[in-house]
Amino acid sequence: MKALRFERSPARFAAAMVAGRLAGGGGATVGPLRLRDIDDVELPGPDWVHIKPRLAGICGSDLATVDGKASRYFEPIVSFPFVPGHEVVADLIEPAGSSGTAPGSTGKPDGSHRVVLEPVLGCVARGIDPVCPACARGDLGNCERIAFGSIPPGLQSGYCCATGGGWSTAMVAHRSQLHPVDPAMSDEAAVMVEPTACAVHAALSSEITDSDTVVVLGAGTLGLLATAAIRRFTPPKTLVVVAKHDHQRRLARQLGADTVVAPGEIRRAVRRATGSLAIGDGDVVRLCGGADVVLDCVGSSASVADSLDVIRPRGRVTLVGMAGHTSLDLTPLWQRELRLQGAYAYGTETLADGTRRRTFDLAFELVAAAQLDELVSATYPLRRYAEAIAHAADAGRRGAVKVAFDLRQEKERNR
Amino acid sequence: MPRPGFVLDVDRSTPPILFHHGEGFRLERLPADRSRVIYPAEPLPALRHPDEAIRQALCNPVGDSPPLPELLRAGMKLTIAFDDISLPLPPMQRPDIRQRVIEAVLDMAAEAGVDDVELIAALALHRRMTPSELRHALGDRVYDAFAPHGLLTNHDAEDPDNLVELGTTDAGEVVEMNRRAAESDLLVYVNINLVSMDGGWKSTATGLSSYRSLRHHHNVRTMEHSTSFMDRHRSELHHSNWRMGEVIRSSGPRIFQIETTMNNNVFGTEGPMAVLQKREWEWTARDRVSFTAMRKGLEQLSAANRRRIFQNWKAPHAMTSVQAGEVEAVHEVTLEHTYAQHLVPVEGQTDILTMGLPYICPYNVNSIMNPILVMCLGLGYFFNLYRGKPLVRKGGVLIMSHPTPWEFHPVHHPSYIDFFEQVLAETTDRHEIEQRFEKSFAEDEWYRHLYRTSYAYHGVHPFYMWYWGSHALAHLGRIIVVGGDVRAVRRLGFQPASTLTDALEMASDVVGRDATVTHVHNPPILMADVT
Repeated sequence: MKALRFERSPARFAAAMVAGRLAGGGGATVGPLRLRDIDDVELPGPDWVHIKPRLAGICGSDLATVDGKASRYFEPIVSFPFVPGHEVVADLIEPAGSSGTAPGSTGKPDGSHRVVLEPVLGCVARGIDPVCPACARGDLGNCERIAFGSIPPGLQSGYCCATGGGWSTAMVAHRSQLHPVDPAMSDEAAVMVEPTACAVHAALSSEITDSDTVVVLGAGTLGLLATAAIRRFTPPKTLVVVAKHDHQRRLARQLGADTVVAPGEIRRAVRRATGSLAIGDGDVVRLCGGADVVLDCVGSSASVADSLDVIRPRGRVTLVGMAGHTSLDLTPLWQRELRLQGAYAYGTETLADGTRRRTFDLAFELVAAAQLDELVSATYPLRRYAEAIAHAADAGRRGAVKVAFDLRQEKERNR
Repeated sequence: MPRPGFVLDVDRSTPPILFHHGEGFRLERLPADRSRVIYPAEPLPALRHPDEAIRQALCNPVGDSPPLPELLRAGMKLTIAFDDISLPLPPMQRPDIRQRVIEAVLDMAAEAGVDDVELIAALALHRRMTPSELRHALGDRVYDAFAPHGLLTNHDAEDPDNLVELGTTDAGEVVEMNRRAAESDLLVYVNINLVSMDGGWKSTATGLSSYRSLRHHHNVRTMEHSTSFMDRHRSELHHSNWRMGEVIRSSGPRIFQIETTMNNNVFGTEGPMAVLQKREWEWTARDRVSFTAMRKGLEQLSAANRRRIFQNWKAPHAMTSVQAGEVEAVHEVTLEHTYAQHLVPVEGQTDILTMGLPYICPYNVNSIMNPILVMCLGLGYFFNLYRGKPLVRKGGVLIMSHPTPWEFHPVHHPSYIDFFEQVLAETTDRHEIEQRFEKSFAEDEWYRHLYRTSYAYHGVHPFYMWYWGSHALAHLGRIIVVGGDVRAVRRLGFQPASTLTDALEMASDVVGRDATVTHVHNPPILMADVT
């Protein structure tokens, strides 16, 4: 099979850090990521199946990994070498003689069915019984056993040496990870389901009420999806989105933002949206009030600082983007009694009416309703991976949102 | 004898024409044989003895009014209100007209034994005047006698305790007024009537009122129906103020109105700026050298330094008339004097109107001309400087020249920043802006705080600037800004052009290739009397 594989190589990792600093995605050419012909991944257990990725997205966390920017926090919960790619729509390859089909899927003549991967490797996928309390609640993203069980450490498919990943022609998945795709849904829509699930979880875990002023910082893929998720599942009084580029502004508005502002305008915009007072003689030096909820979909020191700048006392900041190492003044967190929380992955959500639903089910709904397939801006074959990663790293400036690998025409081998 | 304004037909021998361009200038060649330039009149003679003229006016009022001395008595409550920093433009050399008039009024009050006197800067929703600005306008003697005792104040339109509702007009307009002024035995209002829009009932009904009152005439509908707001008899803005004046007359204080007009001597007849007041073909070799040196010198300076130089300019313009007494009678006389200086007869409309916008408008004295003010100066003030018909035909093109920097004075214009960043980013439609955004800006607690305690224009003020252009926006087919910041110009909803040639090319899409062009050579101020 053909795969982009991330190998443990300190020298290449250092080179990726340098190249990544010079240009986003630069680590792809000199770092530990390599296009390889490798042996097919073996099934780790009886409930595992082979899948053939059709489209696999490039995510912000993938880019951080490729450019050597990912936190060392991940070291004990990934296993090398791994094939990245956790935003995946794939064909399910039923084992010979199997009669089982994924519920709701349409069989193809070659015996495959389209599925979306829910990549978190929780207790069930790891063959752990009884499952941990988080998995028992359905909160897979909070699984307490991600380095244990029948497969090596790996918080998700795409970071585990035993599962392979979406940036390849083949990988394996536990049946519990697979969601059938309706025939009417395009591959482009289906590949947006996983990041949409992240956004849905972020929106619903932020405890937004209909009287809140909510800020979404950043209008890349996650920011736009969070905007759509908030608008659909937990609409606030006012939704302010910070967008840097024209196409992001247009999409943010289309997906439900009430106000879209440029990054440098956020303090003034929040002040006005909330009617709060500000310290400063015409300049907003500091807000006295602020937004009720901020979703930081950037994850940089600057964006976290911005979040703390525009949140009201006792407000809630949700880190949706992977923040990594940040340097910031926590005084406002203390003085204003703020809540700073993360939103990682997905599992099961509690809706306003108290019902509990799988995040992926909500994400499927949202992708279809908001036509999120439109956010897939460009696809590349694996051999052009450096170009693809550079495009994804510079998506905003280049008028793109989601960049993905298209594996539908990909040959199994390079030669 | 000063020469009147006139219209020059441009031919191949016409030299390049001066366009003001913010804190700079451009020399532009207009297309021969289809262009004309409207020049303002030369400055009318100044009153030879202004202090005596003022005293004569106070003692010989027009209309149904006793002389001022007869209205003054010991024990009375006297309030003197005066025009704020927005007049005159540019600020004038000392002594300011307000100082001359107010000193004369105070002398008479003192002779009559009046000791309860307060002075109020009638600024409506404009920013408060600083102590140094008040000192410049009123002179040291008046300032030092009143300010330290709290008897010289800026009108506060957001102080509920200091406002009083006088009634409602037949059209349902609420008339609210400064309490001290309303409850005085006599309110003396001191005007500087720079243009024909100024004065009359607008002085008190607007200058001493509140948002509750102003919203009745500072709105899109009124401004669209003011054709123009410089022509008081065809101005819905003035009709509304006159209706409010009826309420003030019946329920408010007795008013003694003093109006003054001034001449066109903006840049002086001597000195570095004098060339700006001359007609180009009359420039001497010395004028050309001094103009070139001035232009090149300015180009070497930073924008902040250029601004500082221009904002420090104090104009030598002088008083040409003073009249006092009953509001409407006074104002009719004033209009005659204003028109005598400003009106220039013009035959027929044009396809393309060009104008060079200078560095100053009523709302950026000692401040920054931000993009919203550029719009207001061009589409509001300059476009409306006509009587009869607009200079440009319906569906025609307006070309303005101004750098239009994306820059704001945060202390003076905080709500402008938000209007520009947040409102205009969403829409430039004046009706939508009014409906969706005005109220929240007008009632914003922070803007209110800054207006009352700092030097900020009221939160709603940028909306009024936008509405000021309503008539032009409804009338024009395209608006082009030459030499402006491209992003800022686009945010305004206008089209940017690098050169006048480019702008004329762009205009031809709307009005054709042989379109007529008219340039208003303003300032000094002119008002086209279009037949």
